[in-house]
Amino acid sequence: MLNTSHGFVPWDDSHHPNLSVSNGQPDGRWLFINSNNTPRIARLDLTTFRTAEIIEIPNSGGNHASPFLTEGSEYALASTRFGVPIPQKDVPINTYKENFKGTISFVKIDPKVGTMSLAFQILVPSIDYDLGHCGKGPSKDWCFFTSYNSEKAHTLLEINASKNDKDFVTALNWKAAEKCVAEGKGKTWTAPYAHNTYSDETHTATSEILKKQVVMEQKDCPGMMYYVPVAKSPHGMDVDSTGEYFVAGGKLAAQITAYSYTKLLKAIEEKKFAGDFDGVQILDYAAVMAGEVKKPCLGPLHTEFDGKGYGYTSCFVSSEVVKWKIGTWEVVDRMPTYYSLGHLMIPGGNTAKPWGKYLLAMNKITKDRYLPTGPELAQAAQLIDISGEKMEMLSDFPTIGEPHYAQGLLATVIKDKQVKIFELEKNKHPFAALNEKDSKVVREGNIVHVYLTMIRSHFGPDNIEGIQVGDTVYFHVTNLEQDWDIPHGFALLGSNTSELLVLPGETATIKWIAEAPGVFPFYCTDFCSALHQEMQGYIRVSPKGTNTPVSFSTGKK
Amino acid sequence: MHKNSRWLIFLSVGLIFLAFLFPLWDIAIFAPQYPEGLFLQIWINKMGGDLRNVNILNHYIGMKAITPESIPELKFMPMIAIGLIISGGIVGFLNKRPLTIAWVVLFTLIAVAGLADFYKWEYDYGHDLSPDAPIKIPGMHYQPPFIGSQTLLNISAYSYPGIGGYALIASISLAYIAAFGHLVFKRKSHSKGQPPS
Repeated sequence: MLNTSHGFVPWDDSHHPNLSVSNGQPDGRWLFINSNNTPRIARLDLTTFRTAEIIEIPNSGGNHASPFLTEGSEYALASTRFGVPIPQKDVPINTYKENFKGTISFVKIDPKVGTMSLAFQILVPSIDYDLGHCGKGPSKDWCFFTSYNSEKAHTLLEINASKNDKDFVTALNWKAAEKCVAEGKGKTWTAPYAHNTYSDETHTATSEILKKQVVMEQKDCPGMMYYVPVAKSPHGMDVDSTGEYFVAGGKLAAQITAYSYTKLLKAIEEKKFAGDFDGVQILDYAAVMAGEVKKPCLGPLHTEFDGKGYGYTSCFVSSEVVKWKIGTWEVVDRMPTYYSLGHLMIPGGNTAKPWGKYLLAMNKITKDRYLPTGPELAQAAQLIDISGEKMEMLSDFPTIGEPHYAQGLLATVIKDKQVKIFELEKNKHPFAALNEKDSKVVREGNIVHVYLTMIRSHFGPDNIEGIQVGDTVYFHVTNLEQDWDIPHGFALLGSNTSELLVLPGETATIKWIAEAPGVFPFYCTDFCSALHQEMQGYIRVSPKGTNTPVSFSTGKK
Repeated sequence: MHKNSRWLIFLSVGLIFLAFLFPLWDIAIFAPQYPEGLFLQIWINKMGGDLRNVNILNHYIGMKAITPESIPELKFMPMIAIGLIISGGIVGFLNKRPLTIAWVVLFTLIAVAGLADFYKWEYDYGHDLSPDAPIKIPGMHYQPPFIGSQTLLNISAYSYPGIGGYALIASISLAYIAAFGHLVFKRKSHSKGQPPS
């Protein structure tokens, strides 16, 4: 699952989960999330809460403004944070302005099973696309992204990308883009990218490297994409529940700007342009702007909506949530947070129908909130009641990992769809032993396959002999339990990959190289029963060339 | 014999059919770590429910695994029931009191034998513990309740007839009414041919 065109990349930097939606409302089927560093998008299956699929995004230098779903989950859109030469080539870094580009990728989502495919990519100017959201209701055919670095700086961005008073919001008509590509306006490029899928029937992943993608230049599809000026270096781009307003958090400008979708269309129709940037037409700011929440706070970042006419914006520098009214653009309430709030989340707060009762504030700085634990601290989160006129702080609790965006939905949407066990009858793992009687050890040259079973509270087999130094041993471990919440674990002395956590009815494989003669214990690593501690076994390794026969047993005296 | 008793017997026979469609006996088990419960159903010809998980739990205390293949009752109980249905049908058709009484007595003997057999199976199941059991508690046995509820260690067990079982209880009750109802319910006096007094 972690295979990429760069090989196996077992870590990444994820920021923005997005729930699948139908008609702009979370349908509880999948959750999509980005990887910024090695550009990827993962799809999690919300019946198992596990990753079902990962697709790599080629022609991208950092997948930050991603993934943002269209109203009916037709596409997940992914825009690039770092401009790079596209396609990659060896050029001086200071030729950024001439040679660097960005892309906006359209990842198609299969409406029935959710499978992702890279439909096409748009080649766009190399500014840093930061965040985004797609429209809904009236604006459902459009997606919006904030960006910084209209200066096209390639060094010391904190100064050099903060010079212009205005940066850009991208307004992208994804339906128009889709149409242009259907008309053949894209070209086929050949950057490799990985597509990995996981099967809950074979309990294995399949990875393929794909080599073709359709890339369309922005200029080849007129009317698809516009820039709208925005107060400098904005961050969040959020669309209110009606779909009429798209709101930019003016991170460095202490200003929240709401744009009107109706005015956007009118400005395009009346050609209210204020020049162009690398061939992208810039719309007149005043013609699209609906209102500015002036001096709301310091460092406004992200906005979520309660569906009752209010926006809630996180303010990093002044450490607070500000509640403001859509239409009058007036701040009506403030709630301090501890400290330096980044993202915030109202369940469904970015969708057409928010469950606007609670708000989760995810802070970036902890300091003295909890007992000190050395230089690295837990992160602080706060739960705020927003059902009344005044916000009310309910709970302050530690979380782990720097929090980014979050998604919430009503539990009833997914609660009854949860998988409790995997049915053994449906287990199609090629090396599964589905019954203790079928457990065995099979030698093929110097490769040994152990078909191992686990059931409370023993392994089948738990005594294995006949392994020789230099053998590669694959333990194919099947959990025979068919009861909810009875996983078993598997670990073996000297195992240098990982332990296994095997869920009921599942089979998982671990590779182990027999390095030296001896007898090595293995055991269950996930507490399973009163006799979990007794759930253990041995594997005997003999010197190479000895004639200890392959044998295996459980309970033999 | 009154024609009503014939229909009572037919109804009684019909109820026996229900024993093929629904479990005879239901056993439920609850424990702190099983808030959702484990359930076993004993059918006329099979065992249903969470047999696998009950067996896993029981092996810790040395109880034998329940394997439906090794319970001969599940094979011959359906044949006995079919025998009762056929004989009941004939008895109902002939509608002669001595035959009806004989059938009721046969039915009763079978029912008593069945329940005694069930009790004995439960007794063996709860008492015949493996000497290799990981958990051995002196003096403890794990016989499930015959009917009603019982607490065994951390487990509360409940045992009651299932729909099929209730159908058989109703069936035998109707058979008794067919055979002996005339002793209880007085017939309407026949006034035909008698002048009004």
